[in-house]
Amino acid sequence: MRRRAALAGVGSAAGLLAALFGVGGGIVIVPALIARGWQAHRATATSLAAIGAAAVFGTVRYAFDDLVVWRDALLIGLPAVAGVVLGTTLAQRVRGPHLQLAFACVMLVVAGRLAW
Amino acid sequence: MSHVALALALGLAGGVLAGLFGVGGGIVFVPALTLGLGLAQLTAEATSLAAIIPVVAVGSYRQHRSGLVDWRSAGIIGLCSLVGVLAGAEIALRLPEHTLRRGFAAFLVLAAAQMALRASRQLRTVEA
Repeated sequence: MRRRAALAGVGSAAGLLAALFGVGGGIVIVPALIARGWQAHRATATSLAAIGAAAVFGTVRYAFDDLVVWRDALLIGLPAVAGVVLGTTLAQRVRGPHLQLAFACVMLVVAGRLAW
Repeated sequence: MSHVALALALGLAGGVLAGLFGVGGGIVFVPALTLGLGLAQLTAEATSLAAIIPVVAVGSYRQHRSGLVDWRSAGIIGLCSLVGVLAGAEIALRLPEHTLRRGFAAFLVLAAAQMALRASRQLRTVEA
């Protein structure tokens, strides 16, 4: 019961992030599951499946307010599928802490541009 | 570059980055849609959620074949996300454009900090 309540809490938090920021919410689901003793691989895989639901709910909710640009969603989402497959393959070879630090810096620059 | 070509390129690049760094697509899609394609913040967020669906569908299928998905837990988390989605949308729809944009920027800073923390932990384990 407590386990279910914890999962429910994680789900609500992920949904909140999804609607507020347009992201899937994996950023809260994965660490929350790992903190509860899950293995990282299992946590990531399960989070991915849960994000699917959050993304569908969010899309439907915003479609009611006519906020989804379907053409752009397709133009971005379809090549992204190929990109992710390429990226995960690439990650097994080149991913390392230095590259992650570099990407974190890029994220900060983008954040700065958005905030201004 | 035409809008279509730019969108396709951003989608491909966003997917590669998401796969490479293990971040969700949204964190890359939202800036791509606002800074790249000129969408308003909330429109970009709504469109990003739709763009995530095919990525997550294929990703989940691959993980499911590896037997890594705990569907019961994913179901509970996924269903309960509806509560958060409905609440979050009410908030987002009321916030002015620049506040939402700054909120997303703050979220991006937190995500960057999380990634930097993970990277520095790895660096320490490598050195130790």
